[in-house]
Amino acid sequence: MGIIVNRDVSVIVQGITGRQGQFHTKLMLEYGTKIVAGVTPGKGGTEVHGVPVYDTVAEAIHEHKVDASIIFVPAPFAASAALEALENGVKIVVIITEHIPVKDTIKVISYAKRIGAMIIGPNTPGIITPGECKIGIMPHHIYEPGNVGMISRSGTLSYEIAASLTRSGIGQSTCIGIGGDPVVGMSFVDVLRLFREDPRTDAIVIIGEVGGNLEEVAAEYIIKENYSKPLVAFIAGRYVPPEKRMGHAGAIVMGRTGSAESKINALKKAGVEIAQKPSDIAVLLKRLIRR
Amino acid sequence: MKLVEYEAKDVLKRYGIPVPQGIVVTSVEEAYKAACKLKPPFAVKAQVPVSGRGKAGGILFAYSPDEVKVIAEKLLGMHIKGLPVKSLLIEEKLSIKKELYFGITVSRVDQTYIMIASQEGGVDIEEIAERSPEKVMTLRLDPWLGLQPYHARLAARFMRYSGDALLSLENIFQSIYRAGMDYDAELIEVNPLAETIDGNFVALDARIVVDDNALFRHKELQEKYFELLSPHEREAAKHDLAYVDLDGDLGIICNGAGLTMATIDVVHLFGGRPANFLDVGGGASPERIAAAVKMLLLNPKVKVILINILGGITRCDEVAKGILDALRSTGIKKPLAVRLVGTNEEQGRRMLSELGISVVDSMEDAVRQAVGMVRGDGRDGDYR
Repeated sequence: MGIIVNRDVSVIVQGITGRQGQFHTKLMLEYGTKIVAGVTPGKGGTEVHGVPVYDTVAEAIHEHKVDASIIFVPAPFAASAALEALENGVKIVVIITEHIPVKDTIKVISYAKRIGAMIIGPNTPGIITPGECKIGIMPHHIYEPGNVGMISRSGTLSYEIAASLTRSGIGQSTCIGIGGDPVVGMSFVDVLRLFREDPRTDAIVIIGEVGGNLEEVAAEYIIKENYSKPLVAFIAGRYVPPEKRMGHAGAIVMGRTGSAESKINALKKAGVEIAQKPSDIAVLLKRLIRR
Repeated sequence: MKLVEYEAKDVLKRYGIPVPQGIVVTSVEEAYKAACKLKPPFAVKAQVPVSGRGKAGGILFAYSPDEVKVIAEKLLGMHIKGLPVKSLLIEEKLSIKKELYFGITVSRVDQTYIMIASQEGGVDIEEIAERSPEKVMTLRLDPWLGLQPYHARLAARFMRYSGDALLSLENIFQSIYRAGMDYDAELIEVNPLAETIDGNFVALDARIVVDDNALFRHKELQEKYFELLSPHEREAAKHDLAYVDLDGDLGIICNGAGLTMATIDVVHLFGGRPANFLDVGGGASPERIAAAVKMLLLNPKVKVILINILGGITRCDEVAKGILDALRSTGIKKPLAVRLVGTNEEQGRRMLSELGISVVDSMEDAVRQAVGMVRGDGRDGDYR
């Protein structure tokens, strides 16, 4: 099973005819993801890797049953693409696009909440339930089906860690990138809640980084809910300077908010095992799962 | 992008928010002349985009144009939190009854904008919120509704105003919100917002931080943004690289922000000192890799270059080509520690090994090797 996505989810690709959209549509199809349609304004009536392309989401919805959308639309137009999906009843929207203005993201997330839809990202590698479905851009050969869930704010660092888990014989239930932007749809807490109810997930890896306080909020949630599944975390950016944006729009320490130290202390207090370096995660997990 | 005070005040003025009479100057001469045109007493304020300017000695008061001249001499050329003071704002100093705070900012946890109002101003809002939380109110705003007049009135009432004062504050708060939204501000704050002894409200100081990702909607700011970058950052931006200067000697190139930060952390754990953060992003082309390597080859601070590329979709042969191009075009040789995993891995390794550059599989091995190379004693770095 895993969370949010499985082999039955039908997906549309918005921005399917762009370079990224075409490339990843091919990879997702190869992985077994059910991609039923693509949308690019002005390219309706064409096909990409056998997938029919429509000018509007409304037309795609009219012709197909659609559960989720993945967005590869350039930043200036991405928010509007997400709203188009939401207003047409798509309940899971994965926004890969980086550099969307935060004002636009805020509007999208606010609307999604009102209608009870789920936003993953922006600035995310997406979500994968290994062996079943991926809605994203991650290199899928590094994942193996298994019982560890993963939540990450970054892309390549989550690949690094997934690959190291797989090498150590630890498979994954679902891996989700919540996104590297300051404001993102799904939070650590939202995903932790889903993993708690997922019978296939026995332990969870949290990959955080400097900036904001979503990790601290997750720590409070873990304490308050007396979270029952073992957790391991790695926080990137212990040695980065304050007031500087470290690649991700969201990775910036502002005054006293957002330091790696504060996150590590909060998570430790909540009983989460802290990995000093990425390769320690597999070691810690093995110890916890055996227990 | 942080606007300096006078830029932020120019924005406020455009939205009809009262600010003190003032003139921006870049020389002592101009400072004197400006003071002659204004009414004493004066505030002389260093224009650098950092908070805590006052405490750092960047805001001084004067009672005559001659005194302004002396202060200008002192402030111009001074550094505040590492930034040189290139311009000053000379303002008429007002007689103040009360200092308040009003701001709009992005709250990550609330996933929306929040309004922050405080009965006390003039110091950092975090400080007030910690010391006297009862003096601060915050309100989540629905981005589709915006800051409604009744929201603004709630803030004015919280500050204990009524009658005409309430109505004029309502106006000011709404204008601040509009300015913030129009400029794509992550933060717009007026601190202090002063009530003068004659009962007017004036923005004594203001900060605006514009969302870098929204600069494409603000062409006039985009140029200034590039001017504010350090030479290294500007060079990196030209090639679409995310770059930050650090103070060590081990150059770092990675793909992905999280992996780059994690690599910096692991370098520290193994006893090394990173010279920079450099993220080439996903699916980096040979040109982008070459530009990144070239930057570090040309930076005299960098003794050794550590390249950590975990390519899902990045092609290793293209990464290798980029590295080789940079070496060839600069003619500079520096020790390289390379970790390269992804598509066409074998080909990439072969291309590099022909030049005597060995490639390792794991990030930690590459870090260990690189730290050892900096040390130059033939031993790898140790985990501490």
